[in-house]
Amino acid sequence: MNLLIKGGTIVNPKKQQHEVADILVKDGKIAEIGQNLSADGAEVYDATGLIVTPGLIDMHTHLREPGQEAKEDFHSGTQAAAAGGFTRIATMANTKPVVDNAALVRGLQKQAELTGLVKVEFIGAVSKNLEGKELAEMGDMAEAGVVGFSDDGHYVESAAFMRRALEYSSMFNKPVIDHAEEVSLTHEGHMHEGFVAYEMGVKGRPAVAEDMAVARDLLLAQMTGGHIHIAHVSSKDTVDQIRAAKAKGIKVTCEVTAQHLSFTDEYLREYNPAFKMAPPIRSEEHRQALLAGVKDGTIDAIITDHAPHAEEEKDVEFCCAPNGFSGLETSLAAVLTHTYKTGILTLDEIVNLMSVRPAEIMGVDAGVLEVGKTADITVFSTDEEWTVDRNLFYTKGKTSPFDGMTLTGKAKLTVVDGNIVMKEGVVTQ
Amino acid sequence: MGEVSLKGKHLLGLQHATKEEIELILRVAKKMKKIVLSDDKKYPLLKGKSIINLFMENSTRTRSSFELAGKYLGADVINITKSGSSMAKGESFRDTLLTVSYMGTDAIVMRHSAEGSPLYATKVVDPIIINAGDGAHEHPTQALLDMYSIIERKGTLEGKKIVIAGDIMHSRVARSDIYGFTKMGADVHLVGPRTLLYPELAKMGVTIHHDVREAVKDADVINVLRIQLERINSALYPTNREYARIFGINKNVLALAKDDVMVMHPGPMNRGLEIAHDVAYSDESAIQEQVRNGVAVRMAVLYLTIVGGDGSELAD
Repeated sequence: MNLLIKGGTIVNPKKQQHEVADILVKDGKIAEIGQNLSADGAEVYDATGLIVTPGLIDMHTHLREPGQEAKEDFHSGTQAAAAGGFTRIATMANTKPVVDNAALVRGLQKQAELTGLVKVEFIGAVSKNLEGKELAEMGDMAEAGVVGFSDDGHYVESAAFMRRALEYSSMFNKPVIDHAEEVSLTHEGHMHEGFVAYEMGVKGRPAVAEDMAVARDLLLAQMTGGHIHIAHVSSKDTVDQIRAAKAKGIKVTCEVTAQHLSFTDEYLREYNPAFKMAPPIRSEEHRQALLAGVKDGTIDAIITDHAPHAEEEKDVEFCCAPNGFSGLETSLAAVLTHTYKTGILTLDEIVNLMSVRPAEIMGVDAGVLEVGKTADITVFSTDEEWTVDRNLFYTKGKTSPFDGMTLTGKAKLTVVDGNIVMKEGVVTQ
Repeated sequence: MGEVSLKGKHLLGLQHATKEEIELILRVAKKMKKIVLSDDKKYPLLKGKSIINLFMENSTRTRSSFELAGKYLGADVINITKSGSSMAKGESFRDTLLTVSYMGTDAIVMRHSAEGSPLYATKVVDPIIINAGDGAHEHPTQALLDMYSIIERKGTLEGKKIVIAGDIMHSRVARSDIYGFTKMGADVHLVGPRTLLYPELAKMGVTIHHDVREAVKDADVINVLRIQLERINSALYPTNREYARIFGINKNVLALAKDDVMVMHPGPMNRGLEIAHDVAYSDESAIQEQVRNGVAVRMAVLYLTIVGGDGSELAD
């Protein structure tokens, strides 16, 4: 099927392109980008007034397969991705069993290809079974095509182990993605430690837990020359540290979630488990530092940290609820609402953060609209107002802090390999 | 005075309570205390009403106090504890709430270790929810009975220097007391070790101390909190001996307060730790009177939330 996306504003920062133009897709590839292209029998999508960008990429999700299919699987998770405008997502290794060997990676790649609607990349574990004791077979997994290594959900507690992981992974040019939280400071906590938590009587996870973990791992990256990618940065001092480390030439990249850019700990006052995550949503001072970090390029990528849970797991007393929620279907809209509409980020900056840089960090050939390249394309509106309704989600995990909120901007069309996988919010089966 | 009504309202905490609501409860509690002190303790204002005491944590005084409060007013009251309930079989809190609310239940009095669980309950079920303590968050009826006891002895809270001493961070009593006392115009001071009392709490409109002698100077009231030994599982202070010596309320400390200082404790006490034995049983101590007032205050709360009114049908 051929497709002509007509009349949209193309935002393609890798080519410094920002103009109204048409894109013609033929045989899964971009055939032509230009003015007044003729359909030539292709299906026409009228993108007038909409933004057309390289397919959005989310480098941090949890698709839960294998082992936790009650929360999510490749099919439902990639449906959610398509609905949210993502053409490619990376899924973390903390499944059951843990993705810590090449055989599993290869099997899951096949399964994702078979049941998934968008492209799924795999992140292999750093340590066997996420135990932080023995290195996982990184070389094997690199050959199988993983895009990075991470024990996400767990901090690698041993500094010596992290040193070896950074040294070893550097041979394969893959980042170690670091869930940086010093466990002795967080293990009993349920939210950001500060005045709000004190009033609520809830034990906290202080920002310093992240800051000191990041400090250690930046030093180890400096020592080893390995590529450290700090996952879901949430704290002001961490942003400052990474800014300084980049200036020093340390090989560090990092990401932030859409929710950490959107909320503060004041939103937790109702004890709603939808706002419970790790690292926690912090105070306004931290949120402002994160916004400054995405603006000045200290922060490389915006992610969803899509972490679905079954209803019976999440709909419980606040302190009993697991961390995380489903973000794929609201992330773009949240970013547009809290950074674009507010005048903080330009569309070019947003596309950089949500497509160009994630592709570069993961080393995948994507993040650009270019003739001859695979047609992974996202079309979105920047001004459509809509109210989030959890009942309309494609993900199995219906919990969302955005539920009931009105957001501005929405994914309209998702194209993967030239095929429409989502149109006007409706995902093709 | 008839415009304030608590009918059909939940009592989750005092953070959002108004001074007028607190005054209404204390006014009605004064009439209820007459019933508690009388020979015939049946006053069937809640006849035909059902109350479930859902206690997910251990309790002696709060649970029996709520139970008697309901019974003195003629309600049917039953008690459910975690270990004796299907929660011990793994039933979720949500399903437990649903089950106990579909028995013609008018109110659920609940205690739970999870902060915010009473608010959660209001979103799951219809009956009136009365918070009998949620984790380290709030314990509103304890604060109400504390206020009642202070007014009974001192006439007012306005302008009184009240010291809350001890383990503030783990204390739901402290938070409810702070909200209640400050709303009623008291001058509230907190004292405790730096590990159990964070300076940021000054934002609640209180004064922070780490020196107990400085804190109690000219105090009208000292409310001694229990060291929650079951929650203290890491290095929060070196030894009980050192705590008692530096932060314990004893006769020497008491001497620095006003001559007519009143000593309170929400119980259960660790005598010899946060409070010296002779202080607990001194004339300054109002600890037993607090217990009696607790029944009256809880009668007022159950009556005002379940049937409403302003207490005018009760004798002054």
